[in-house]
Amino acid sequence: MDLAFSEQDLAFRDEVRAFIKEAFTEDLQREMGRSKNNYMNKDAHILWQKRLFEKGWAAPNWPTEHGGAGFTPTQKFIFSRELDTAGAPHTIPFGLVMVAPVIMAFGSDEQKKRFLPDILATNVWWCQGYSEPGSGSDLASLQMKAEDKGDHYLCNGSKIWTSMAQHADWIFCLVRTAKTEKPQQGISFLLIDMNAPGVRVEPIITLDASRNNQQEVNQVFFEDVKVPKENLVGEENKGWTYAKYLLEFERGNPYSSGLMRGLEQIKALAAEIMADGAPLSTDADFIRQATELETRIVVMEATELRIFSEVSAGQNIGPGSSSMLKTRGTELQQDISQLGVEVIGNYGFPFVEDTLASANQADIGMDGAPTIVPGYLNRRKATIYAGSNEIQHSIIAKAVLGL
Amino acid sequence: MDVEFTKEDMAFREEVRAFIEENYPKHLLGKERGNLSKEDFLAWHKILYKKGWVAPSWPEEFGGTGWSVTQKYIFNEESAAYGTIAPLPFGIQMLAPVIYTFGSQEQKENVLPGIASGDVWWCQGYSEPGAGSDLAALKTKAVLDGDEYVVNGHKIWTTLAQHADWIFCLVRTTTGEKRQEGISFLLIDMNTAGIDVRPIIMIDGGHEVNEVFFDDVRVPASHLVGDVDKGWTIAKFLLGNERSGIAGVARSKKAIERLREIARGELDDGAPLIESGDFSRKIAELEIDLTALEYTELRTLAAESKGQGPGPESSLLKVKGTEIQQRITELTMEAVGNYASPWVPETMIGDNYMAIGPEAAYGATQTYFNTRKTSIYGGSNEIQRNIIAKMVLGL
Amino acid sequence: MDFSFTEEQTLLRNMVQGFVRDNYDFDTRTKIVNSDTGMSKEIWQQFAELGLLAAPFPEDMGGLDGGAIDIMVIMEEMGRGLVVEPYLPTIVLCGGILSRHGSPQQQSAHLPSMVSGEAIWALAYSEPQGRFNPTDITTSAKEQGGSYVLNGQKCVVMGAPWADKLIVSARVSGGQRDKDGVALFIVDKSASGVSTQDYPTVDGGRASEITLENVEVASDALIGTANTGLSLLEEALDYGIGALCAEAVGHMKMLNDATVEYCKTRKQFGVPIGSFQVLQHRMVDMFMDYEQSVSMTYMVNMKLDESADVRRKAASAAKVQIGKAGRFIGQESVQLHGGMGMTEELSVGHYFKRLTMIDTLFGNIDYHLKRFAQN
Ligand SMILES: Cc1cc2nc3c(=O)[nH]c(=O)nc-3n(C[C@H](O)[C@H](O)[C@H](O)COP(=O)(O)OP(=O)(O)OC[C@H]3O[C@@H](n4cnc5c(N)ncnc54)[C@H](O)[C@@H]3O)c2cc1C
Ligand SMILES: Cc1cc2nc3c(=O)[nH]c(=O)nc-3n(C[C@H](O)[C@H](O)[C@H](O)COP(=O)(O)OP(=O)(O)OC[C@H]3O[C@@H](n4cnc5c(N)ncnc54)[C@H](O)[C@@H]3O)c2cc1C
Repeated sequence: MDLAFSEQDLAFRDEVRAFIKEAFTEDLQREMGRSKNNYMNKDAHILWQKRLFEKGWAAPNWPTEHGGAGFTPTQKFIFSRELDTAGAPHTIPFGLVMVAPVIMAFGSDEQKKRFLPDILATNVWWCQGYSEPGSGSDLASLQMKAEDKGDHYLCNGSKIWTSMAQHADWIFCLVRTAKTEKPQQGISFLLIDMNAPGVRVEPIITLDASRNNQQEVNQVFFEDVKVPKENLVGEENKGWTYAKYLLEFERGNPYSSGLMRGLEQIKALAAEIMADGAPLSTDADFIRQATELETRIVVMEATELRIFSEVSAGQNIGPGSSSMLKTRGTELQQDISQLGVEVIGNYGFPFVEDTLASANQADIGMDGAPTIVPGYLNRRKATIYAGSNEIQHSIIAKAVLGL
Repeated sequence: MDVEFTKEDMAFREEVRAFIEENYPKHLLGKERGNLSKEDFLAWHKILYKKGWVAPSWPEEFGGTGWSVTQKYIFNEESAAYGTIAPLPFGIQMLAPVIYTFGSQEQKENVLPGIASGDVWWCQGYSEPGAGSDLAALKTKAVLDGDEYVVNGHKIWTTLAQHADWIFCLVRTTTGEKRQEGISFLLIDMNTAGIDVRPIIMIDGGHEVNEVFFDDVRVPASHLVGDVDKGWTIAKFLLGNERSGIAGVARSKKAIERLREIARGELDDGAPLIESGDFSRKIAELEIDLTALEYTELRTLAAESKGQGPGPESSLLKVKGTEIQQRITELTMEAVGNYASPWVPETMIGDNYMAIGPEAAYGATQTYFNTRKTSIYGGSNEIQRNIIAKMVLGL
Repeated sequence: MDFSFTEEQTLLRNMVQGFVRDNYDFDTRTKIVNSDTGMSKEIWQQFAELGLLAAPFPEDMGGLDGGAIDIMVIMEEMGRGLVVEPYLPTIVLCGGILSRHGSPQQQSAHLPSMVSGEAIWALAYSEPQGRFNPTDITTSAKEQGGSYVLNGQKCVVMGAPWADKLIVSARVSGGQRDKDGVALFIVDKSASGVSTQDYPTVDGGRASEITLENVEVASDALIGTANTGLSLLEEALDYGIGALCAEAVGHMKMLNDATVEYCKTRKQFGVPIGSFQVLQHRMVDMFMDYEQSVSMTYMVNMKLDESADVRRKAASAAKVQIGKAGRFIGQESVQLHGGMGMTEELSVGHYFKRLTMIDTLFGNIDYHLKRFAQN
């Protein structure tokens, strides 16, 4: 047992740091720092992802033959943590992390050629069309229909909670192609052009009140949308298998560095706020709360290191591990953002709608104040999406405890 | 809306307080519940009986006090504040209401006086090894043979059965489709041949509960309460009846007071522990939660004094009340620091015994261990939450 | 970075696990705890024969050259069996201090009898007024013509009733809570002026209140220098925490397994109670707390040899995690066992009791949160 990274790994870490320092420019830092929901404006994301692409690092998860970064598990881990430590955004996952591995594993050669290069270079923006109004945790109950019309599918239905669909050029959808006894069996995996006639996007404004094209989620309506057959990935009615394959990619990122950064920011804020004539950061109660969170992050980190060292030893990250990381990581995200609300005090009240646009104006109270409460509100999502924390519990109960 | 007590109420409070101060046996003050003899349990009970105050919740015709809901509340509060050993619930609070509601005239005459005077010690024989939360699964059988029931079976967790003269049992008289429908409520003399009481020692080392075995125990049929096969109704009546005092607010207040005292004596980096920000914060949190519970209880009492029957809010009071009790005992254990560790068995406390650590530390950890029971018994807190989910939230 | 065990460590684990399983079942443990002495000399002797008492010491001191990870493996397995024998005070605490900081003379005088199982040791550092702070020392050591005279009181000294030797913290100079001026002394428990009041502890162990009245020790009883005792003591306690975390993880594993198993078999309402989602999710929280405790136990034991700052932070963070997880897992194991969880007969309550006291031992959650923040 030993906690040290190898010399090569440390060299790699330094390289990542140097890159981030250069590529994650002050403009981007400022924009990311003022985000309520961890999204910047579209252009900023594209700019950032293209820089990663040029460095060859846009796709740590891809195999090198498709232009992946060719990272070892440890390098992936380091890369992810360094991004978090710097507060730099990860790539928007829908294309690079979610749909691409499915296309690689199950898509036709034609599809690979057609889609993968543009995903890698962030020439197109993807979004994920799984959830529906009647199908959240119980995804297999989804109803959006794709009827076989010979050379195309005729799609009708609606997807909801579709993150950043307002920017998207393409959407990958789970659609129902057959009515079967087991609902999982009639689902297919379909790629749909967002510019196709009959596709309509309506914003959903979430608690943090981002709007005017900065909303995080949308509802997407499909009305007699014609989707060419060649956009079906893999076999018809096998979509559920592909979706499950993909779910493994949705979780399993380390949380601790990002959490630590979040806590550090709150501590910095507390150092600027006076309470009873002294900086709040010296208040015993604040220290206790911050320390309590910090020890929990340390616990998280130890668990991540343990799990990722197992991964790099070639073991698979089991269902228990990824569910545990997701549950505990998101709980911490929420608790940290809650401490932020407590710290900011009265200056949590002023409301600024577009915090990205106001980047160059002075904030009321203190710099950064207007993102604190919206950030807290937004973070409530973390225990709901990507398999709610209750669902994660049920997964562990079944898969690990055998209940 | 108004939370003031009337002048009469205040006067009543003075009267109760004075009576307790004058008459409470001083040697019982501060005694841990785990270390009480049978006499200790009964001493205050008997004094209250003489005064006519032993059964405030009973109707006057059977020996109740005729107090208003507020007066009962005040009495409980004063008793707890003084730290009295309250009369055990099994006779006074559990069985008696069953008897005066469902019992025959003969039963009323035979059973109630012994409960009130404390001459007859009752225990509760509901739970069985296979029937805990799922009480209706009980199997102890009572078969009619002439004018006697023959009882066979096995009760468990029977509190203080080692002292008991009588036990009230739920027994199965019919094995039918619906399990709840074949249960009867039977009174059994613990001295009858065929009864065997075996102790169960708990994690705090105390002998509080027992197993009671019934082997061809013959019980006169006249000891059946209410109608045959209708015992479940009685049991349910009894569960709902228990509302006042279930939250233990007054006793928790007293316990917090004691906790403060301990924290004043314990040093932390040279200063009293109570001055530590962390510790005083935790006590403050407890107190605030207790206040919330107190006002919830007062609200239900107000409803009760308007004649509204008890509802599922007793589940809320039970859950929150026991959680607070558990937190208090936990914090008390925490307060005594390293001295949470010593375990001093009775036998060690002889002539040569020097107190180990501060006196306040004595038994703190055992009390913490013991109090884990409160979220298990009386309908576990999971079961109480299920009840609220069903009855209140309609889930 | 590597979280895997060496082959030797895996063999060690299997050996201890097998020994505990075969020789230290719950009935045996109960008999030992209830015996007059409260520990088994035979078991201790067997530990010696298996090399467990030599495990962490360097070869040139008669040891097997193991380290914190080996202790961790041993303690975790002992934790599964709720072993009460004083491995922690004797080998981890006192043996650790001697092997790291004793003079060659002290090492050759004391380690052989420790490794052979002849001598049992206890670390007398806590004081009644000091709560969890090892710096809060009123016991004094006055230099007097080449020797030291000790006066003071030590409280709840774990394993002391069995001990032949003590390591005692005392103040040679400075005020009550000064960091400087603390020294550690080797004291014979039979030395004149040492009196003890022995008693059982709630978790099945034994401890003593120790009074030192003009106890005279030769100057070669001093470990290290007269001014550096506190850093040696703190380091020893952090090693103790590393080992204690492992023990706790052993308890947690047993409790979680027992609880899941119980909920699969205990039927109420016609179904296993493990089919109720509230209980399932509770057990999942217990599982996650356990897993995270394992991670922290590995982490702290890998960091014990690093700089004092790193070590302190790691130890305090681990202790906080173990305290919280131990409390939750202990309480919920009892709860999910219903009435059975309250009984002395079942092992569940005993694991619960030990886990409860592990939070107190070497400083509780509040203490370590503060210590973490101060470092
Ligand atoms: C900000 C945000 C972004 C999102 N982005 C996307 C996206 O890009 N693409 C996409 O397809 N989806 C997206 N989602 C949708 C997300 O995956 C769903 O919200 C999630 O699956 C939960 O579904 P639901 O909202 O319908 O809640 P429901 O499934 O209705 O759940 C409601 C509550 O019931 C609980 N619950 C449900 N089933 C069980 C059970 N069996 N046991 C115990 N508790 C249960 C849940 O945990 C939750 O607390 C996003 C959601 C959010 C909030
Ligand atoms: C100290 C003590 C004194 C007692 N005194 C008496 C007495 O004098 N007379 C008497 O008759 N009984 C007495 N009892 C018994 C007490 O009423 C039972 O222990 C209680 O009903 C729980 O039953 P059980 O112990 O069989 O646990 P179980 O019913 O087996 O429960 C085990 C666990 O499963 C949970 N559980 C069970 N069903 C559900 C569900 N549907 N949903 C979610 N969770 C569930 C429980 O909450 C518990 O956590 C006493 C118990 C104790 C501990």
